[in-house]
Amino acid sequence: MEQVLFYCFSLVLIFAATMVVTVRNPVRAALFLVLAFFTSAAIWLFLEAEFLAITLVLVYVGAVMVLFLFVVMMLDINLTPLQEGFTKYLPLGILVAILITIEMVAVLGASHFGLDVVAAPLPHAEGYSNTKELGRLLYTVYVYPFEIASVILTVAIVAAITLTLRKQKRKTQNPAEQVKVRREDRVRLVKMEAVKKHDEVNTDEESS
Amino acid sequence: MMFEVINMSFALPEIFMMVMACIILLVVAFIGESSGAASYWLSQFTLVVTSIIVYQSLASAGVTFDGSYIKDALSDVLKLAICIINVVVLLYSASYLRARNLFKGEYYALAIFATLGMLIMVSSSHFLTLYLGLELLSLCLYAMVAMHRDSTMATEAAMKFFILGALASGMLLYGMSIIYGATGSLALASIATAIQTGDLNNTVLSFGLVFLIIGIGFKFGAVPFHMWLPDVYHGAPTAVTLFIATAPKIAAFAMIIRLLVDGLGDLHQHWQGMLIILAVLSMIIGNVVAIAQTNLKRMLAYSTISHVGFLLLGVLSGTSEAYAASMFYVLVYALTTLGAFGMIILMSRQGFEAENIEDYKGLSEHSPWFAFMMLILMFSMAGIPPMVGFYAKLAVIKAVISVDLISVAIIAVLMSVIGAFYYLRLIKVMYFDSPEKQHEIHAPKEMCIMLSSNALLVLALGIFPGSLMAICITVFS
Repeated sequence: MEQVLFYCFSLVLIFAATMVVTVRNPVRAALFLVLAFFTSAAIWLFLEAEFLAITLVLVYVGAVMVLFLFVVMMLDINLTPLQEGFTKYLPLGILVAILITIEMVAVLGASHFGLDVVAAPLPHAEGYSNTKELGRLLYTVYVYPFEIASVILTVAIVAAITLTLRKQKRKTQNPAEQVKVRREDRVRLVKMEAVKKHDEVNTDEESS
Repeated sequence: MMFEVINMSFALPEIFMMVMACIILLVVAFIGESSGAASYWLSQFTLVVTSIIVYQSLASAGVTFDGSYIKDALSDVLKLAICIINVVVLLYSASYLRARNLFKGEYYALAIFATLGMLIMVSSSHFLTLYLGLELLSLCLYAMVAMHRDSTMATEAAMKFFILGALASGMLLYGMSIIYGATGSLALASIATAIQTGDLNNTVLSFGLVFLIIGIGFKFGAVPFHMWLPDVYHGAPTAVTLFIATAPKIAAFAMIIRLLVDGLGDLHQHWQGMLIILAVLSMIIGNVVAIAQTNLKRMLAYSTISHVGFLLLGVLSGTSEAYAASMFYVLVYALTTLGAFGMIILMSRQGFEAENIEDYKGLSEHSPWFAFMMLILMFSMAGIPPMVGFYAKLAVIKAVISVDLISVAIIAVLMSVIGAFYYLRLIKVMYFDSPEKQHEIHAPKEMCIMLSSNALLVLALGIFPGSLMAICITVFS
């Protein structure tokens, strides 16, 4: 039963991944990526890695992909110029893809990574918690890489702000300035004669 | 499962640098627009103090953080070199950045974070640490290239750098995962023992190795993964080019030694052939294409590619003397490139980039001293005695001959003869062409002094290369 499910999810995953790169509409590509994430989360569940599976769905599907869809929606990219070279490089691309697939099957196939070479993982004992295990490793053995990862995230924020924040004229109101205003700043009294002289009125009419 | 007590004192340079980087960020946030000068001096302070910390702890060595972090002679020497070179880099670039409205706190914060990434790479003994250090470094570099937002060339260069860099990181990561699959470990020491003791499948290991070498080749800029290098060197502001061209190459050298020698040393016969291809192609394409360049920054980019080829000669030979020769080469390369890009910055001024070879016409008439400094640097790059570049080239070629790769050595010698042409052309332009315009040098005094001592150091090391070579040999003995 487990095997059947595994193959089902794997097939869906491969199909979704292929669609992500071949489909023309970027929104559809993003949605297929969501499908790919869901199925790989399901495969992770077979490995009893519940925490990773849930994180994948929550973080990637819940946050990253939604943001991605927003970007796609806002940018309105015209894809035609991007796809100009597509047919030109297609034969070469297919050739390279086929070669790499054959090589990878030869190297990564059952002869080197089959069950007789690498034993299947044993099911965990009762009471095993994937979350607890991960947390313990993350804060003991992998504390140094974990800290570096946090530094990288800081740099990502700094870089993003540096590259996008432009000093521009803000359209905000400054209440302090508004309170300080005096009558002279806003109201100007202009003295005008009540009635225009006769000849001036005439010239005005002529010009208009 | 037990976990060992972490020896924090080993990682003191990194910890100090990270704390200081955060302080610089806070200073930038509080001072705002005019935080350039404050963050500049804070960065210099950070680099100097970090190098003092590294120098103070030279004697100790060991592994900590559960095998993630290694402190040995190699990491100490390279960290010292990286910190000192970055001090000079920041000093050279200050006036250039000021003139182009880039003298901002963010620039220095990113520079310090990038240096932190290099330090992490240098003393990593774990695939994860190495990869994360590399990403930290690269992310900062992408942002620094793109910082000059009004320049379309810089933006284009940053885009190319980013996309190709991300692709190369993916390749590297894939190779790491394959090797993890084959050996069952991410720590370089356990990978080495797994390869040594177990009868592992060589097909899988060399499959992973190919991807690792692609990643390394890209980060070095070795042919055929060199396409980003000329565009980035040319497009980025010269101060950033100076930054990218010097210290990160030392970090990349540490990466290749850690991955290929420390981790996969027993697969030497597998990676030697791949590195020979990279080295020979880099030397040929780098030197030949550099002849056609009229832009000095582009020419130096192609010259970098050829230098990478020479540097790989030492690594592929696979003896400890050869590694020492390679390390000597990378240190000399960093020192010479520092001077060469420093000269471009010196000659540039507001609204004018002295990046075309024509701009140097008749330099010797107006400022004979700096023309002479440039002559020393170019002679060193071409490998003409008594400059140190000659000694570096000699050492790597000797290393290749010692392992009976005579044909590779012949190609190396031929290519360095071809390479001499374009370095000498610049000298000819400086000394024998008549000046077309006035060369005004408006650089601050400390930069002139530092640049002169930089070039004179290249000359002095060429006459007395023994001490630096001795350091490199003790590192690998």
